[in-house]
Amino acid sequence: MVAPHGVTGMLGEDGIHVDMQHLKSGEVNLVPVQPGMAINFKDGVILGADSRTTTGAYIANRVTDKLTQVHDTIWCCRSGSAADTQAVADIVSYHLNMYGVTNNEAPSTQVAASLFQELCYENKEMLSAGIIIAGYDPRHGGQVFSIPLGGSLHKQSFAIGGSGSTYIYGYTDAHWREQMTEEEGIDFVRNALQEAIKWDGSSGGVIRLVVLTKKGAVRHLYLPDNGYTGPGVTN
Amino acid sequence: MPGFDFSNFNRNAALHARGVPLPKATSTGTTIVGCIYDNGVVIAADTRATSGPIVADKNCEKLHYIAPKIWCAGAGTAADTEFTTALISSNVELHSLSTGRDPRVITCMTMLKQHLFRYQGHIGAYLVVAGVDPTGVGLYTVHAHGSTDKLPYVTMGSGSLAAMSVFESTWQPDLDKEGAIALCSEAIKAGIFNDLGSGSNVDVCVIEKDKPTQLLRNYEKPNERGQKERNYRFPRGTTAWLNQKIISKEDMKKYVTVETLSGDDSLAEKMEVDS
Repeated sequence: MVAPHGVTGMLGEDGIHVDMQHLKSGEVNLVPVQPGMAINFKDGVILGADSRTTTGAYIANRVTDKLTQVHDTIWCCRSGSAADTQAVADIVSYHLNMYGVTNNEAPSTQVAASLFQELCYENKEMLSAGIIIAGYDPRHGGQVFSIPLGGSLHKQSFAIGGSGSTYIYGYTDAHWREQMTEEEGIDFVRNALQEAIKWDGSSGGVIRLVVLTKKGAVRHLYLPDNGYTGPGVTN
Repeated sequence: MPGFDFSNFNRNAALHARGVPLPKATSTGTTIVGCIYDNGVVIAADTRATSGPIVADKNCEKLHYIAPKIWCAGAGTAADTEFTTALISSNVELHSLSTGRDPRVITCMTMLKQHLFRYQGHIGAYLVVAGVDPTGVGLYTVHAHGSTDKLPYVTMGSGSLAAMSVFESTWQPDLDKEGAIALCSEAIKAGIFNDLGSGSNVDVCVIEKDKPTQLLRNYEKPNERGQKERNYRFPRGTTAWLNQKIISKEDMKKYVTVETLSGDDSLAEKMEVDS
């Protein structure tokens, strides 16, 4: 049945039907559709993302930080609705920090991933969130988890997500190697993100990386001004 | 019967199903901006409020108080920005009384985003939150759905594109107070002149470390109404006539009933006056 333009409800013999999908489509969705990724390397994990956030055709933020810290060496890479992923990350961050002080021991990456999955699965109808979790803990070393739209949890050796990721399936598959060095890992992530930014219109801006090892978290920044070659480490 | 009454929901859904449009809230097509500088932060707004195509208020205030050193600029639904900022202002004050510390901008931003996220965008408040606290200078945007951004310069509202073009072409990292005020004012004027939803005057708020906050209401008035050069009051005798005829009272009685009232008040109805 097709409702006339601007009509979102229907009055049938058996009552009133309100088309919830139509109401939802009226939402102004703030979506950072992005190429986000995380990989395992020899000494830990590397997360990477572009920095574009859009509202429709407008770039709401060209230097967004989509790599969010939820514990000392557990970070996540957000894609989907900015509001939803920020809310979920804030809640997980609260629980992990609470876990850290009550048990006097840092939570494992697995715990963080399970918390994310709980929230994403239980509220799947209300959320549009695609999250990649990467972390380093002394027992398991570097680990990468991905939670796509439905709320399922996948442990992977590397994960890609966001709108730009479709363009780099071929690249990542052809160039991925187990047990890369830090330098090799950084080059792999940066080159993949560069390709995604080149081909995907919803991705762009700077490339941000976070390297997680036993030494802690180190941030990298690569600007388009010099063809994403620098400045490199920023902390 | 105790409890909530949902009967209006069925009525509204039935009306809606028959094509009656939902009532529209007064919203502010707006330009609001913010910019940090070495020692503080400046926010600014235009002063036009609209309801549909009508200018509802030519000089409204879009700069809202949260705490002495935290202020908010609001775009979106006027009532929502007004009530949301008032609510968070109240909670921020209670929070600072309970902790015995000065309120922080990030606290305020978090309270706003959690409130707005809970309402899933139905509270149409788009805000620029700015202030100075013990941790330093803070400037954030908060969208109605609950997402936030932290940037050195920000714009929001329908005039945000015009205002952002000014920032992107003239902003520099080492601004002083005067430079920041001038830049924000220029960005608002870009909104006023190039966006239909924005207009009238520029309001500015300057929040600086170790100095009282200054609210510069109507900092610039680029749209003042000038004295009209001509008016529509024509002098007596402007209209020419070809002939005139004077009818006496006696002649008039042929067509209508004429009743002459005496001077006393007995015939005329007396007016009631409070004693």
